[in-house]
Amino acid sequence: MGKVFAIALVIIAILSAYPILTHKFPLPEDISTHGHQIDDQLNDTMIEAGLSFVGAQLVLAAFLFLFTGRKPGSPLKNFPGGAKVMVTAAFILVGTEILALGVLGQKAWANVYFTSPKADALQIQAQAEQFAYYFRYAGPDGKFGAIHPDKIDEGNQNYFGLDPANEVEARDDIVSGELVIPVNREIQLLLHAKDVGHSFYVRELRIQQDFVPGLDLSVHFTATKIGKYEIVCTQLCGLGHYNMKAYLNVMSEPDFEKWLKDQSAQ
Amino acid sequence: MAESSVQQAHVHAPPEGFIRKYIFSLDHKVIGKQYYGLALVAVFTGMILSWLMRIHMVWPAAKIPGLELLSKVGAPGGVMTPEYYLSLLTMHGTLMVFFVLTNAPFAAFGNYFLPIQIGAEDMAFPRFNMMSFWVTFVAWVVLMLAFVIPDGPPIAGWTEYTPLSAVGKDAGPGMQWGASLWGVSIAIFCIASLLGALNFIATTLDLRAKGMTLMRMPICTWAWFITSCIALLAFAVLLPACILLILDRHAGTSFFIPSGLVISDRLQPHSGGSPLLWQHLFWFFGHPEVYIAILPSMGIVSHILINSMRKPLLSAKVIIYSMMSIGFLSYMVWGHHMFLSGMNPMSALAFSFPTLTITIPATIMTLIWLGSLYGADIKITSASLFALGFISMFVAGGVSGFFLAQPSIDIYLHATYFVVGHFHMVMGVASLFGVFAGTYFWFPKMTGRFMNETLGKLHFWITFLGAYCIFMPFHYLGLIGNVRRYQSFVDDYMAPYLSWHQFITIAALITGAAQFIFLFNLIYSRFRGAPAPENPWNATSLEWSIPSPPPWNNFGGRHPVVYHDPYQYGVKGSKGDFVMQDSPEALASGD
Repeated sequence: MGKVFAIALVIIAILSAYPILTHKFPLPEDISTHGHQIDDQLNDTMIEAGLSFVGAQLVLAAFLFLFTGRKPGSPLKNFPGGAKVMVTAAFILVGTEILALGVLGQKAWANVYFTSPKADALQIQAQAEQFAYYFRYAGPDGKFGAIHPDKIDEGNQNYFGLDPANEVEARDDIVSGELVIPVNREIQLLLHAKDVGHSFYVRELRIQQDFVPGLDLSVHFTATKIGKYEIVCTQLCGLGHYNMKAYLNVMSEPDFEKWLKDQSAQ
Repeated sequence: MAESSVQQAHVHAPPEGFIRKYIFSLDHKVIGKQYYGLALVAVFTGMILSWLMRIHMVWPAAKIPGLELLSKVGAPGGVMTPEYYLSLLTMHGTLMVFFVLTNAPFAAFGNYFLPIQIGAEDMAFPRFNMMSFWVTFVAWVVLMLAFVIPDGPPIAGWTEYTPLSAVGKDAGPGMQWGASLWGVSIAIFCIASLLGALNFIATTLDLRAKGMTLMRMPICTWAWFITSCIALLAFAVLLPACILLILDRHAGTSFFIPSGLVISDRLQPHSGGSPLLWQHLFWFFGHPEVYIAILPSMGIVSHILINSMRKPLLSAKVIIYSMMSIGFLSYMVWGHHMFLSGMNPMSALAFSFPTLTITIPATIMTLIWLGSLYGADIKITSASLFALGFISMFVAGGVSGFFLAQPSIDIYLHATYFVVGHFHMVMGVASLFGVFAGTYFWFPKMTGRFMNETLGKLHFWITFLGAYCIFMPFHYLGLIGNVRRYQSFVDDYMAPYLSWHQFITIAALITGAAQFIFLFNLIYSRFRGAPAPENPWNATSLEWSIPSPPPWNNFGGRHPVVYHDPYQYGVKGSKGDFVMQDSPEALASGD
């Protein structure tokens, strides 16, 4: 049975590697300026992790094949070099991986989180709530009206709790259920949670960031391709979690300006 | 290494009467079996919940016979509602992590075998030991009550992230009393685990037989000892966290709830709290918990592999030191669960490095196991199949950790099925393989009867192949961005991949069904299994020097003296190719 086990392990190694090698489960097309670094990092890790996985399964298979069902009285042997070789190998193999992936790979993270958005980045506020997203644009004055939780009134579509009667800044704010952005322009998304934790995940943008109640966070990115993409919630937020989504609509700059004007006019 | 102490004579009197023997027993062996029994009930409950979830996920309109009996509101007409899916998901995770993966490899086997393996008559504190089981039992009852209350079980997942879990009924069904029961249950579970951990530590340090130095303890005893040290710190943090959660829910405090939250159209009467505080406290426990689940299985697997290979590991010491390093590092990595939580991005780097570093001891252990197989004479039994399968699963689940340890990749893979595949394989399946291996290996000692080997091997093959069929595709689905904790896949991009989910569901149904073969084998062999002698596997450690099943005081009043390290295999002994730990015969090596 040891030999059958060995064969099973070889088959498992091949079948597990096959969908990866043949790209049966491709990452969605990257539409961001930073995403290729994440993808490269993922691909490099896939090579190292894949080789470790296949290598270990094959070695296990080989030893099972060779060292089960041996003739009685066969001499026992020890791996040449013993534990020292194994410890050294682990330090070299994993040490190299940590250096290669851990150190060099921090660049991709740094590009998303350690850089400041450019001064001309378009600020959009995203509010997540059970179970929808709303996006707010500052309007012609370039300023957001303040949020007053006690004034939130979904029935009257006052999702952000704005007070336009008393605050000038709030009067021209544009609120949309869709995140509409211009292509090739940096966006700074200000994240605000109305009720519980949510998350902002656009696969194609290679951006995922939690909304944390009480903590206003921001992410910035630049979309490089016109189109419509799904925004989904990835933080369990209650009974409608699976259905919490919105669309990211990337437009050309003129289309975006027109859309903004149309919204202001409403 | 420190000189071992001589244990005291009698820890407690022989038990009399049914209740003292089988219910409120002070005997560590009975308590171990009670933990095992509770884990068995919990694992089958958890598994059936996963079946229900998997069926609902791919056939949302399916009427599941009998489900309406469980919850009329959650499954009207036997068709599960989306929120009930989340209830089952929460209960599945909680049962599996706490009542199975903590109880079975650690509390059950540790209780039964740690005292015997060090030559003690019982645990250091038998009454505490009894209490820790019964307190755990109460925790389980409190959790299961969530199924019967009108509110139903909570829907916030096993991590119970705040403020969703802290604001009460406004957060949705199950969040009024269900979530309170969860908090109370886990707080009680923490108390039980702290008592258990203290007991394990005291027993290991104080009750070792003459000659049983620390480095002469079997690897699984070491694993249970290290796990106890981890558990002592981990549960000591989760306990106050749960108490604070309960206070937020019922005493109007705001530890985890900030101001200005409008939930279900109601401005919440809280201010000043931080949801991230819960995440920090929870994961400060939560990540070490992963090692509480896996370390005992690493120990059990090492113990069984050595016996099956008929020769020692390349180095038992290296395995022990690696387990210690993993235990130590497990406290420095919790933030990798929170890369995207909004904490300072610099801290992501600080948490990423220890996470990557933990791969070093894990790799060392894997290489030692693999390298030790070289030149061995591996005996294939149900126990050794599961032990060898453990290595395969541990590697498969382990390598995906390399992706998730890197914050940049986590931006894409966080909260996808990649994560689900990763932790199910490495902490769930691998850990359970250790439990299965331990069961097939020690069953003869615990009952005096063998388990059926044919059924055992059938159980192994279906479980091993099934686990790959279920959890490998999870990783692939994560790569396309398949988000977890969804009861159905309403996103456009998921449409082409639904057949993969159907495949996984069918694999889960078959693999789950195979567990009933195991259950049958367990019950059948308990009464009808072939009688087992004292030392059926020609093993060396002290549990094999006493009758099967052992008498109430383990060594029958005898005080074992230990002469050798625990793994004298491949030597010329008077009984064969091994020399037992308590055999005074001299070895060529002089140990």
